Amino acid sequence: MSTKKMNLTTVFMHAVLIALACTMVLPFVWMTLTSFKTNAESIQLDPYLFFPTKLRFTAFETVLKHNNFLVLYKNTILLVGLRILCAIVTASMAGYAFGRLKFPGSTIAFSIVLIQMMIPSQIFIIPQYMMIIRMKATNTIFALVFPGLVSAFGTFLMRQTYAMLPKDLEDAAKIDGLNIPKTFLYIMAPLTKSSLIALSVFTAVFAYKELMWPMIVNTSKDSLVLASALAKIKGQYLANYPEVMAASLIACVPMIIFYFFFQRQFIEGIATSGGKL
Amino acid sequence: MRNNSLRSKTAGQTFFWGWVLILPTVVGLMVLNIVPLITTIYQSLHKTGDFGRGYIFIGLKNYEKLFSDKLVRQSIINTFKYTIIQVPFSVFIALVLAVMLNRENMRGRSAYRTIFFLPMVVAPAAIAMIWRWLLNTEFGLINNLFNIRIGWLTDPRFGIYSVAIIGIWSDIGYNMILFLAGLQEVPRDYYEAAELDGANVIQKFASVTVPLISPVLFFVIVTRMIAAMQVFDTIFMMMERANPALAKTQSLVYRFYQASFIVKEIGYGSAIVIVLLLFILAITAVQLIAQKRWVHYS
Repeated sequence: MSTKKMNLTTVFMHAVLIALACTMVLPFVWMTLTSFKTNAESIQLDPYLFFPTKLRFTAFETVLKHNNFLVLYKNTILLVGLRILCAIVTASMAGYAFGRLKFPGSTIAFSIVLIQMMIPSQIFIIPQYMMIIRMKATNTIFALVFPGLVSAFGTFLMRQTYAMLPKDLEDAAKIDGLNIPKTFLYIMAPLTKSSLIALSVFTAVFAYKELMWPMIVNTSKDSLVLASALAKIKGQYLANYPEVMAASLIACVPMIIFYFFFQRQFIEGIATSGGKL
Repeated sequence: MRNNSLRSKTAGQTFFWGWVLILPTVVGLMVLNIVPLITTIYQSLHKTGDFGRGYIFIGLKNYEKLFSDKLVRQSIINTFKYTIIQVPFSVFIALVLAVMLNRENMRGRSAYRTIFFLPMVVAPAAIAMIWRWLLNTEFGLINNLFNIRIGWLTDPRFGIYSVAIIGIWSDIGYNMILFLAGLQEVPRDYYEAAELDGANVIQKFASVTVPLISPVLFFVIVTRMIAAMQVFDTIFMMMERANPALAKTQSLVYRFYQASFIVKEIGYGSAIVIVLLLFILAITAVQLIAQKRWVHYS
């Protein structure tokens, strides 16, 4: 009786989970199916077509001809990569100092980190854009990276990480006569690998998703990123959904592939970094 | 004596290296965030010409204009509507899913996790394009599947709800991951004790799960509300400026974008975004006070 009831509950739960999983996947399936259709097939109503009549790459060809996706990939990778690099380097340094060293001024300095984290990023956008204009740096990779040169969230995360490391290691390093930078670089930093992976995943996901900032600072065709290119493409092809879907597919496939290979790092990275915020 | 000077030497070194290590971050945050925050407040009190030329001090006129601007007033209502729908649904569904997946011997846990998390790794710009097509009135899959003709994105009555549904769909997986991490720290004995007392599934959920993960729940609700108040990407990607549903759908950040970067009235744009900041701070403050009644830190 009891096991039967248990089984029924389990079956019911799987039914709910599978239904929701389908809802999650269906939009992506529909995007893929549409991208292989002709425009006429995509707007045929009687009968409504779920599948393309044959596998056609016309939409992809058109989109690839009119947009240089290699440049878009390159810009996006540079944006993501440089943001990760900046976050890891500056946040590790500051995180170690805030988490392990007691020195005058550190509390006030750390409050700046907290203030930044509490304020919505749109507050900073106009002045940041004006700085980019004054530096004559619009339409550059530097402009894309600019707001992420340092990371308040990363500093916070790394401070928590360093603060939790055991004290005896540091003492041993001190007895061995290592100075502060050496203790930081050789003894402590290697122990923060999992937090650094979490920070990288977090930084990558949010840099890749950003839309407003890249759209404002970089408007020339060869300085766009995938997200801002989609915003431009939507205006050009709106009457042709197979082409819009093909462009969207090209834009989101690399990250999805990357995600399937490194799922554990992605999910754990978000769980640890998100949970610590 | 000698010991003392040694200590002061170490203290001096700590001071020196401490500041060297935090310097890039502190300088960066000052230049990128603290100065811009002050600049934005300053600009919001001025009438400005094209990007930074000719500031004229006008006091709170931008704010007065803002609250008599019908579009902005409506966008405040829209933003709150979106938040009030998106946050509770995305949090509640995610929590139920996390509880289901956290059951002992639940099969397929990691496969489900991978799938639910998928929208998190896709740019909102692409997600918006896909949904725009799914929700297309005439040719969209949803209307044709159910044989209906709803103007999901063109009817002023539905626009904001469609955007909220997409927001819920996008966030479920992210919230679920955070809840799962929290649930894994709840000892199973609590459930066994509740079962011995004859608690059913709903009672266990309300009296064991929710109180025990209340710190995570609180954290997720606060951060999701802050994020929901800043909704922009989906609306921007899904609605053209001529869309009849735009006025009843556009958010505060959408108005900010229009005012600052399309019309280029940066004083006015700054005032809009300062109002957003005040709303967010107020909501967060209320939640920090309210949490004392329901969040249990063990």
